[in-house]
Amino acid sequence: MGLSTKNKEILLGPLSKNNPVIIQMLGICSALAVTSKLEPSIVMAVSVTAVVAFANVIISLLRNTIPARIRIIVQLVVVAALVTIVSEVLKAFAFDVNKQLSVFVGLIITNCILMGRLEAFALGNGPWESFLDGLGNGLGYGIILVIIGFFRELLGSGTLLGFQVIPDVFYQWGYVNNGLMILPPMALIVVAVIIWVHRSRNKDLQEN
Amino acid sequence: MKALRKYLDKIKPNFEEGGKLSMLRSFFEGMETFLFVSSETSKSGVHIHDSIDAKRTMTAVIIALVPALLFGMYNTGYQHYLAIGETPGFLMTFVYGLLAVLPIIAVSYIVGLGIEFTVAQWKKEEIQEGFLVSGILIPLIVPVDTPLWMIAVATAFAVIFAKEVFGGTGYNIFNVALVTRAFLFFAYPSAMSGDSVFVRTAGTFGIGTGTVVDGYSGATPLGQVNVAANDAIGSFQAVDILGHPLSTWDMFIGLIPGSIGETSVAAILIGAVILLFTGVASWKTMLSVFVGGAFTAAVFNLVGSTVAMSITPLDHLLLGGFAFGAVFMATDPVTSARTETGKYIFGFLVGVMAIVIRTLNPGYPEGMMLAILLMNIFAPLIDYYVVESNIKRRLKRAVTK
Repeated sequence: MGLSTKNKEILLGPLSKNNPVIIQMLGICSALAVTSKLEPSIVMAVSVTAVVAFANVIISLLRNTIPARIRIIVQLVVVAALVTIVSEVLKAFAFDVNKQLSVFVGLIITNCILMGRLEAFALGNGPWESFLDGLGNGLGYGIILVIIGFFRELLGSGTLLGFQVIPDVFYQWGYVNNGLMILPPMALIVVAVIIWVHRSRNKDLQEN
Repeated sequence: MKALRKYLDKIKPNFEEGGKLSMLRSFFEGMETFLFVSSETSKSGVHIHDSIDAKRTMTAVIIALVPALLFGMYNTGYQHYLAIGETPGFLMTFVYGLLAVLPIIAVSYIVGLGIEFTVAQWKKEEIQEGFLVSGILIPLIVPVDTPLWMIAVATAFAVIFAKEVFGGTGYNIFNVALVTRAFLFFAYPSAMSGDSVFVRTAGTFGIGTGTVVDGYSGATPLGQVNVAANDAIGSFQAVDILGHPLSTWDMFIGLIPGSIGETSVAAILIGAVILLFTGVASWKTMLSVFVGGAFTAAVFNLVGSTVAMSITPLDHLLLGGFAFGAVFMATDPVTSARTETGKYIFGFLVGVMAIVIRTLNPGYPEGMMLAILLMNIFAPLIDYYVVESNIKRRLKRAVTK
């Protein structure tokens, strides 16, 4: 199964040149809130990807029947339903992570990426393209979350996915975990560093 | 002097474009202009170069910091020998402190200047001199027992994220030395607070090894206030590390535990005189920090419902990093307000915030660092409104005529 060039761009664009977090600056709030450990970052990334992909498909299917005046309400209903499903699934199969994510699962509803994609893409494109777009944007969001979560857990707790990766002997030499990494401001600085690296590799994205 | 100039001229071609050491161009230029006033003159139009450039200004600040630095070294040794119960004489005490403090200064300069030189070389710019002062401020505001690698990490973080990303010296929003301290404070709280970090009890390079005497406690006076938070008001008495009560005079002279350079108000005042005499720092900022602090402390005194509130205004100004922050940090010409009226407002609010944080926040015994960093953000806003109100006043005058 090969994707056409256009569809490939829809799917892969959001991973780098059109990334929702580091280019469009959407979804920053949850990127700060849930990334102090790697595991919740991954779960959050998967949840948002699922919600945005399926919400895109549903809205795309309904796009010709939704009156323009009430489209935001319809979008919210669809997103809320999907978020509730994700939340229930998490509660059933990954209760610990669900507790760590706390309100932020419910707050996926307010994630700007969702409304942004529904408004900007799903209302004007077919279901297949919308699915690819949702998948791409979800993954683009997820990849940033995972990078942030990786560095924050590694430097802040010395672990990855709960396993200790910094050897004990380092601690005996006097190494101490960086407590600032656990605090939200450092997530913002990690995002800034990702943007810095990304823009210096893609000169065409640099604004003057 | 002449021989040095000649030598520099001789080796200079090596560092220019195409020379075999052109990699180190920025380093050479930095050193040359540090040693001699730049010989560069303006090439077109009517311009006058003042020979007092930023490097000379920075040198004045460093000279002003020397009393606090020397006293800090002596105090480090003094507290150490007090803790292990020996009296080895003035010289040994100073040497111990010197050996304890020098590595911190070295690490701060090597890391900070290393980054500055690298960035200058990379961006093909001149070396900027701002780190000359930051590099000596950093050792003065950390506890003597801070591990060197932590200072290296924090310095690198501050120079990159508080200075270079904003465009280098003169463009930073926050005071670089204070960002270093804030980074240490939040990233490694166990190494920056509590009662075991402000006095070095272990030996340094084999000197001054010994065991701590009975009844020793390394808590700073402000740390003691924090511990005594729930005691009866009026029962609090600041003590030195062996439990003897401290008089106001002791706090002024500064033979008390604390960060290296902050303890002695006497040494800091000598620095303040140098800064004011050379015109580097503004007396308006300095004075209004003290006024703001004293005023707030007096208000809390009137309320007086906790131990922290009952500290007298004078003690507040003498303890912790208040004087050091007021003289050397709040007056930083880059990060404080620049308008003349703005300096009063800026300084006053720094003083108020510092005492408010000290008194009301149980988590932070010392509030000076956070107060200055907070006001750094507001400095441009203060300036903006001062300028706006000036414009408005003058416009009014023009209309009524």
